[in-house]
Amino acid sequence: MGEKEGIFSKKNLKLLTNPLSNANPITVLVLGICSALAVTAQLKPAVVMSLSVTIVTAFSNLIISFIRNTIPNRIRIIVQLVVVAALVILVDQVLKAFVYDVSKQLSVFVGLIITNCILMGRLEAFALGNKPWPSFLDGIGNGAGYGLVLVTIAFFRELFGSGSLWGYKIIPQEWYIANGGWYSNNGMMILPPMALIIVGVIIWIQRSKKPELIED
Amino acid sequence: MKILRDWIDKQKPKLEKGGKFHMFKSGFGAVETFLFVPNHTTRQGSHIRDYVDLKRTMTIVIVALLPALLFGMYNTGYQHYMATGQMVSFWPVFFFGFKRILPIIIVSYVVGLGIEIAAAQIRGHQVNEGYLVTGMLIPLIMPVTTPLWMIAVSVAFSVIFAKEVFGGTGMNIWNPALVARAFLFFAYPSQMSGDSVWVSLGSKTVVDGFSGATPLSQAATAALKPMAEVASNHGISYSLMDMFAGFIPGSIGETSKIAILIGAAILLLTRIGNWKIMFSTILGGLFMGFILNLIAANSYMTVPAWQHLIMGGFLFGAVFMVTDPVSGAQTSTGKWIYGFLVGLFGIMIRVVNPAYPEGMMLSILIMNMFAPLIDYYVVQSNIRRRLKRALVKS
Repeated sequence: MGEKEGIFSKKNLKLLTNPLSNANPITVLVLGICSALAVTAQLKPAVVMSLSVTIVTAFSNLIISFIRNTIPNRIRIIVQLVVVAALVILVDQVLKAFVYDVSKQLSVFVGLIITNCILMGRLEAFALGNKPWPSFLDGIGNGAGYGLVLVTIAFFRELFGSGSLWGYKIIPQEWYIANGGWYSNNGMMILPPMALIIVGVIIWIQRSKKPELIED
Repeated sequence: MKILRDWIDKQKPKLEKGGKFHMFKSGFGAVETFLFVPNHTTRQGSHIRDYVDLKRTMTIVIVALLPALLFGMYNTGYQHYMATGQMVSFWPVFFFGFKRILPIIIVSYVVGLGIEIAAAQIRGHQVNEGYLVTGMLIPLIMPVTTPLWMIAVSVAFSVIFAKEVFGGTGMNIWNPALVARAFLFFAYPSQMSGDSVWVSLGSKTVVDGFSGATPLSQAATAALKPMAEVASNHGISYSLMDMFAGFIPGSIGETSKIAILIGAAILLLTRIGNWKIMFSTILGGLFMGFILNLIAANSYMTVPAWQHLIMGGFLFGAVFMVTDPVSGAQTSTGKWIYGFLVGLFGIMIRVVNPAYPEGMMLSILIMNMFAPLIDYYVVQSNIRRRLKRALVKS
């Protein structure tokens, strides 16, 4: 990093925008897939989850980057875990206090942010070798990239699987077979395998739009 | 025929790159090779030339499926008039089924072939014949009451995600017809299971005493009761003859074992279907049936092993699904192992897991995944054996 860089220099902005497309944590780096399958059956938990991950990634990146020169190399993973775990507990308590129903829905998956591959990946790959501000931006960017994919998956899964968005019924009730109509919700969408297939489709579309991302 | 040939030859230049109708090239090629034996020559390597190409093979499978299809049409009508308590002669019964089943077949072909042709055109390939059989198998393994849009969705899902993603005909891991059924089964369970989906009623009401339950669901329900309370024949109300001839509710093509056996005979006589796989599948089913008979913990487990063969879709799967040359095992020993395990798991899932009334679909899909592994070990063990022999001699 150059000495006299602006806060939002081109290089720094790239840290924010790259994870949204060309270096997306889920579709390109293939990190954090597990939680993408688990929390995307509905839009609301997916959004809350993305926000939580973004906050934890950003601040753990920031903190680790501040102390990166004082962490002994041999115990760095433990130090990272302590920082991440502390942040996750904070987020968990905030969720429990303000959006209790969503926190119930997310159940263990908030706690499991600790083991989210994106966190470790970014700490190891970025925060340990960069200054605090770019690390913070990198965390925000990766959290946003993760959230973008999560929300896309959740949108399709909730729309076709439950016929609603953000809990509001979108499909007219009289369409359903039970009410004399012809429509029926797709139960497969609720099941985790369908989330994996949707991730696959997103990767498929992204790769065919940008052939340079195709790896052999 | 000459006129047709000439006309086709005249159209050809328009379909080449830059021609007016280039975007229809794949579709046109499909029609042409369907009408005439293609005159393509291979450019490199030596190939065995045979008139039995993929298209003829597929046509013979279609012929083998016809008895099951025609009987399925008759049975649809038969079940309808049984349920509504009317007595009518042969032709109206058949025609009722024909009217119900024809739209399903049309939807299956239009959606499936549409996607196939589009995919072939995008890739610049010829259209493959693979969908010809799949498109006929899909209607045969659906309940007759399945809404047409659900069939369209499941066909689209299976052709895209079970076939085109892997590279089209010949590259698929799973049997596409079964993927379509599995998709429907998990996506719209209320349309695919239960007692009310197997008989097409129209707007009419059911007469008293008609349940519409399949033998499988009757046996599964009876298994929940204590053994002593179960009615004769393990709670199944249909006679063995009806189950064999096919006058029972069920998916369209699976009910008549006679029609399926005729199809099996056609496949075996023309050597299109592999007898080892069919035989070992039935063997595996019987073997599991005997084991369950020995355990005999509930009434379902005491169903004689041979009777499993005439219940549900076991035989249909063994004849038309397991023998799929693409998704099955390729080596000779592998075919024995593959078929045996399909039969074994099919009966096991059916009897032991009450959530899945018919295990054949899931059992074939899971063994599809293991087929390459089986082949790999068969080939490896052959290499090892011959290597050992060679080393001893030298």
